[in-house]
Amino acid sequence: MTKKVFKTGLISALALAASMGMAQAKSDIVVAMQLEPPHLDPTSAAAGAIDSVLYSNVFEGLTRFGSDGSVNPGLAASWEISEDGTVYTFHLNEGVKFHDGSAMDAEDVKFSLDRARAEDSANAQKALFKGITDVTVVDPMTVKVTLDGPNGNFLFNMAWGDAVIVAPESIENIKTNPVGTGAFKFTNWVQGDKIDLEKNADYWGTPAKLDKVTFKFISDPTAAFAAVMAEDVNAFVGFPAPENLPQFEADARFQVLVGSTEGETILSTNNKMPPFDNVKVREAVAHAIDRQAIIDGAMFGYGTPIGTHFAPHNPDYVDLTGMSAYDPDLSKKLLAEAGFPDGFKTTLKLPPPSYARRGGEIIAAQLRAVGIETEISNLEWAQWLEQVFRGKDFGLTIVSHTEPFDIGIYARPDYYFQYDNPAFQQLMTDLNATTDPAKRSEILKEAQTMIAKDYVNGYLFELAFPTVANAKIKGLWKDAPTQATDLTAVYWED
Amino acid sequence: MLRYFLKRLVSLGLSLVVASGVIFLALEVVPGDPAAYMLGINAQEDTLAALREELGLNGSVWARYAGWVGGLLTGDFGVSYTYRTPVAEMIGERLWISLPLALYALTLSTAIAFPAGIWAASKRGSAVDVSVMGVTQLGVAIPNFWFAMLMVLVFAINLRWFSAGGFPGWDTGFFVAMKSLTLPAVALALPQASILARVMRSSLLDTLSEDFIRTARAKGLSQRQALWRHALRNALIPVLTIIGLQFSFLLAGAIIIENVFFLPGLGRLVFQSISARDLIVVESVVMLLVFAVIVVNFAVDMAYAVVDPRLRGRR
Repeated sequence: MTKKVFKTGLISALALAASMGMAQAKSDIVVAMQLEPPHLDPTSAAAGAIDSVLYSNVFEGLTRFGSDGSVNPGLAASWEISEDGTVYTFHLNEGVKFHDGSAMDAEDVKFSLDRARAEDSANAQKALFKGITDVTVVDPMTVKVTLDGPNGNFLFNMAWGDAVIVAPESIENIKTNPVGTGAFKFTNWVQGDKIDLEKNADYWGTPAKLDKVTFKFISDPTAAFAAVMAEDVNAFVGFPAPENLPQFEADARFQVLVGSTEGETILSTNNKMPPFDNVKVREAVAHAIDRQAIIDGAMFGYGTPIGTHFAPHNPDYVDLTGMSAYDPDLSKKLLAEAGFPDGFKTTLKLPPPSYARRGGEIIAAQLRAVGIETEISNLEWAQWLEQVFRGKDFGLTIVSHTEPFDIGIYARPDYYFQYDNPAFQQLMTDLNATTDPAKRSEILKEAQTMIAKDYVNGYLFELAFPTVANAKIKGLWKDAPTQATDLTAVYWED
Repeated sequence: MLRYFLKRLVSLGLSLVVASGVIFLALEVVPGDPAAYMLGINAQEDTLAALREELGLNGSVWARYAGWVGGLLTGDFGVSYTYRTPVAEMIGERLWISLPLALYALTLSTAIAFPAGIWAASKRGSAVDVSVMGVTQLGVAIPNFWFAMLMVLVFAINLRWFSAGGFPGWDTGFFVAMKSLTLPAVALALPQASILARVMRSSLLDTLSEDFIRTARAKGLSQRQALWRHALRNALIPVLTIIGLQFSFLLAGAIIIENVFFLPGLGRLVFQSISARDLIVVESVVMLLVFAVIVVNFAVDMAYAVVDPRLRGRR
């Protein structure tokens, strides 16, 4: 009898040890996110979800973004820039193979760039390739790109997910079967549910530490909370319910990373529509807004106040929040000076994200306090794009501009907020022609100040990027300098 | 009989034609451009035009309607704007979750409702009857998504018996797959069972007060014998009608539950497609559901005629 008990005990101890051993070797991960990619071609849609799954994991570009937003060598090991800044000669890494086994060479680079800038291109960021006049294959490992003028942003542009290198052999089915050069390869997609990746054993660079990755798509915030709590998923990137974060922080099973993004959340103002064509009115709006109240009320405290259209973590950022400090009395005074002592009525059109819907209610109340009545309408994205973005039929709207380094939109007079200032446009032309870092920094600071002085839009806050993950997962990106979930360096701690 | 059948068939055809027109026009007037949605805010005008051309969004309304209906007739549902896969394939995959879920929920709801309704009717006015009525009242009143969240909290987060949602796929085994559908099925079944139990009870009580039951009792049958032998069969007709309606509802109406449990079913497909303006998917799924409902109604009409000969002669 005792023998039997001993035996059973031994077996269960062994089983326990075995299961612990397996836990140590855990090399698979389930990462959840809110939005599912519509298809899997990062070079022909704006959907950030495509990059969130595939950028750096499956597809790579000539250059790549680091976790701090820096631009590093990618498929191009090195490059030379001609004296006048118009010719870039890229030297590609040796031994790079696509997941289908074919070699990645200069022909593929030429194909990818030519495809993106072609007449019938469906690239959502075609402007990134605008200055390219010619792409020449020098030899299989060298490619020469000629621009129509110097472009200080060119290497940065080539790091975008929309500029990844694809192969002509696999382009036809890329939307359902993406073939890239990354450390993970695509294996399976159950639409509406998940995407599976596995480790690329033939990867040219530092191999991934994980063997298997599953991306799961959970759109409902309540379901997201439940899935993390029940440990159905190991990590949730871009966790949609900030109100639940303190609960995860208090739970030893989880770690909460609150990073910054490139998402400037702004109260976009129609600069051509009276009375917003009067800078005094825009200034009055800016002083009527209490940013901290919006961050606390709509984002549960997560978010960094901004005073201009620039990411605070950028070294060239200037803190201009003081120019639009919360001051309702000044706001009322400015309105009276502008000829609206009793305020006025306008529209406030809100897209679906909670920063807009919840923030909109708070902003409406703050504007009402200085006499500006807003008529709120909630729009779906497709409606917002049609009415606000393309139709320019709005007074105010709230939206987060998530593209990295996008201050250049203020140089486009036909852009939806319709800011038309030749001085600013000249500044951006100068910026593009400048490659000297010190001079570029100077121009960027001047540009930020100019739009803040013109009170083009109400600058609210930089969107925070919360990730909730199992406490044992290491190597996750905290910040989101681009929409990516780079898992190439992620591993489980013993 | 043949005449009745043909008349029903013509009415079925007309319903489908009208439904296709209404669905197409309703989605035609919805504002929003699928190409603009896909390409986002930095898209250039020429890129948008190229994509619209590629998606076939440039033709006239009539040409697109004719193309869509023509495709449906030959079994070609078209290709999704966003996913770029054939719509028929997508619907097929989603049906493998939505259909079993609907059947599971229906089975549960029937298994709960029948005994409860019969028990309550057979003991009218008793404590059993009062409590069944009370509980079903609650079941009708509680929103199923709230009940679903409550179950997730208890069974997934606290007890860890079930996962909080998701579907592992049928290839992981029948029982694993069914287990993942259990909480959603219970959430869907609860209100349906409550409605069904109440219908069962009142229909049975109506039948029990009919003359033929009195005759049966007069012949010497006990109350219980009269109920099981005569009343139940006759009381089933309205119950079966309700079950038919509930089935179409469960197939189409699980949108919220599928979101709560992040199940990749038909409801979630429609939900996503509407916001992405993937109109061809929305049109086809809605048309399929309309078709299912109309065919079920047709079958019910036929069944009535078989059961009740009076209907056949009706002009």
